[in-house]
Amino acid sequence: MIKISRLIHDYIQRDEEGNPSGTIRALDDISLDVEPGQFIAILGHNGSGKSTLAKHLNALLFPTEGAVWVNGLDTRDQNLIWDIRQTAGMVFQNPDNQIIGQVVEEDVGFGPENMGVPTQEIWNRVEESLKAVGMYEYRKKSPNRLSGGQKQRVSIAGVIAMHPRCIVMDEPTAMLDPSGRADVINAAMTLNREEGITIILITHYMEEAIRADRIFVMDEGKVAMQGTPREIFSRVEEMQALHLDVPQVTLLAHTLRQRGLSIPEGILTREELAEALLGGN
Amino acid sequence: MQAARLSGKAFDGMGIKLENVSYIYEVGTAMQTAALEDVSLEIPENQFIGLIGHTGSGKSTLVQLLNGLLKPTEGRVLYNGKNIHEQDYDKRALRAEVGLVFQYPEHQLFEADVLSDVMFGPRNLGLDEAACKKSAVEALTSVGIGEEYFKTSPFDLSGGQKRRVAIAGVLAMHPKILILDEPTAGLDPRGRDEILGLISEMKQKMSMTIILVSHSMDDVARYVERIIVMGHGKKIFDDEPRRVFRHYRELEDLGLSAPQITYILQELKEKGLDLETDALTVAEAADEIIRKLGGPDR
Amino acid sequence: MFKDITLGQYYQTDSLLHRLDPRVKIVGTLVYIISLFVVDTFAGYFVCLLFLAAMICLSNVPVGYIVRGMRAILILLLITMSFNLFLTPGEVLVRIGFLKITREGLIFSLKMAIRLSLLVIGSSLMTLTTTPNQLTDAIESLLNPLKRFRVPVHEIAMMMSIALRFIPILMEETDKIMKAQIARGADFESKNLIKKMKSLVPLLVPLFISAFRRANDLAMAMEARCYRGGVGRTKMKPLIYEGRDQAAYMLLVAYFAICVLLRFLRLPFLI
Repeated sequence: MIKISRLIHDYIQRDEEGNPSGTIRALDDISLDVEPGQFIAILGHNGSGKSTLAKHLNALLFPTEGAVWVNGLDTRDQNLIWDIRQTAGMVFQNPDNQIIGQVVEEDVGFGPENMGVPTQEIWNRVEESLKAVGMYEYRKKSPNRLSGGQKQRVSIAGVIAMHPRCIVMDEPTAMLDPSGRADVINAAMTLNREEGITIILITHYMEEAIRADRIFVMDEGKVAMQGTPREIFSRVEEMQALHLDVPQVTLLAHTLRQRGLSIPEGILTREELAEALLGGN
Repeated sequence: MQAARLSGKAFDGMGIKLENVSYIYEVGTAMQTAALEDVSLEIPENQFIGLIGHTGSGKSTLVQLLNGLLKPTEGRVLYNGKNIHEQDYDKRALRAEVGLVFQYPEHQLFEADVLSDVMFGPRNLGLDEAACKKSAVEALTSVGIGEEYFKTSPFDLSGGQKRRVAIAGVLAMHPKILILDEPTAGLDPRGRDEILGLISEMKQKMSMTIILVSHSMDDVARYVERIIVMGHGKKIFDDEPRRVFRHYRELEDLGLSAPQITYILQELKEKGLDLETDALTVAEAADEIIRKLGGPDR
Repeated sequence: MFKDITLGQYYQTDSLLHRLDPRVKIVGTLVYIISLFVVDTFAGYFVCLLFLAAMICLSNVPVGYIVRGMRAILILLLITMSFNLFLTPGEVLVRIGFLKITREGLIFSLKMAIRLSLLVIGSSLMTLTTTPNQLTDAIESLLNPLKRFRVPVHEIAMMMSIALRFIPILMEETDKIMKAQIARGADFESKNLIKKMKSLVPLLVPLFISAFRRANDLAMAMEARCYRGGVGRTKMKPLIYEGRDQAAYMLLVAYFAICVLLRFLRLPFLI
């Protein structure tokens, strides 16, 4: 679905007169592959390059060196930009700053309108997309009257209406409260499981990454770790060194293990911990 | 009453007192909605409080009532025994003593350099230039912003730094009660830990009351000595953290949750391990489990 | 204070006027405004009033709601009236000190007041029955011929619609920043003008920064959703004239013809 090969991205720094004065390497030699239908989580603290990476997948930024292919389309080819943006949709962090329409249904129709989809087909797509994220009953509402979580689900619907193969979500839950966060992640999960849409979720909430098929941890523009959630969260010390959280149950299991109890590494759920502690009794 | 029992600090009239306060938005219109209903509350000096509630629970309204930004539709707000909405009450002096740091406070920075921005508050209080500067330098130092940044534009700082400068802007007014609304919103785990660490350090060094407003129990559980839970415009719980978390099922009905560690211990208890479930940190939980299971040499 | 202004606000209900094509309503409003200046007799204004009253009936918007919106322009109305009342030369009717009211001034200021009130009510009726979206769509469609002269019609309409979407967000943000600065001791209620201007800096700087940040984010979000200007774009809600819209245009022509007739057929009993 997505193939990144030796990707390097430099930001140009400018001095006060606006002349280039140097470069900052935001992405440093990144290679990775995402299979169709996968649910991918990308972790990393602010400034680790994860947002820059996300914008490459939607041809909003272009490689300085290396290449990115989205469903076989090379983002360096200017003629393919619109196909790429249609294939890999994008959901951003701030729900207020990505809703264009003044009515929910009109916002969802914005993408298809841009693509030149015929009117009747737009209406069909808007209906199915809003139903897919559970926002159909709000279709006539003004976005200003919705909660943060509801706005983000409208944004997701706006992307689905473009019939993408892949959705890149750049910290979609960072500004939401716990219930809004759960709604957004559940909507993403459903799309992944039921429609087979590839999801790339950038987040710093560990509990959202647990259900991913694969996790990439970014640090200083590089992929520092990659693997299944169990593999990643087994490496508690490394995660802590990168200033990232691990789920508390994993941390507790790790602490107990350090203090001599014999339980396996990489425990991700309460049930697993109970099993490990009490299973034998 | 409840609150006073907590840490042996009896409410002696100093601090904030809310008496049967209600607040209704758009009174007399079709849009009329009660944001707060009949809330009574005492905030004594020198206490570390967590104020928890779901979006729309009334916690933001409550916070703005505490420093007089909103006027209650019913009931009274007293500070040090005086009604703050009396005719000749000095609201500006009140706002210096009851400092409020809004959500995303870095969005309110506006001066050309960090130091001037922090001096904005003290200047509004009418202090002379030297005193303003002294307050600002102290405040910046206590949030860990070094002298090398004083002349930098606040807009050139990193997200976490900006937020600390914004907090210093309120701190420089020497509040006795400091309210922080979602101080960790939008930060990554590192930024979050830095800010929370900073706040609890401030609490220890300066004797003031800190009210930490949040929707995350995990953030506040290990720091505060008292938790006030708001739901549907009412005060639901007001007690020490361990006691509040025993009601984890009721918390869920309010769209909240207890700290993750509470759930882990509850699960173990349900599966037959007879342990106390009110640990607040991973270390405490580990102690409890090892105490029950007898450690490695069982 | 913003609550009192019905000018520019949408009143949600269902009526013939609400369902009318927004282009008809814009053209209708323009024709109505012109008619107010074509007509120059009280009889003529009576016709204009009748027409407006009929439209209000068709709109299902409560008369009280519309009248309340007039309060906002009451002061403006009084000022213009008194200027004309006292400053028009002619046959003196009443003299109060150095002020004199003339017959011509009385008639002129009355006509002025009627004209202005009808104009405001007429145009607010359009916004009361048309959503901002429909308005921008209609403007885009009406201005379409200008595209030939390289006027960026689509871009103008898109900008209007984005502005309308962000007004409530920025108003809320203004309120938030103001409260935050008040919490830092700022004073926005000073009577002193210079102080007042100065006190706006801590409000305006953050507001502008935020607006630019939002604009930047929004541009990125629009591009990510394949926005590339008006070319090749389809419409979710295209504007199509129906029977009732054509009927409405005919009614407009008839109304305007009456107004013109009233002006040029100078009937002796009309003043």
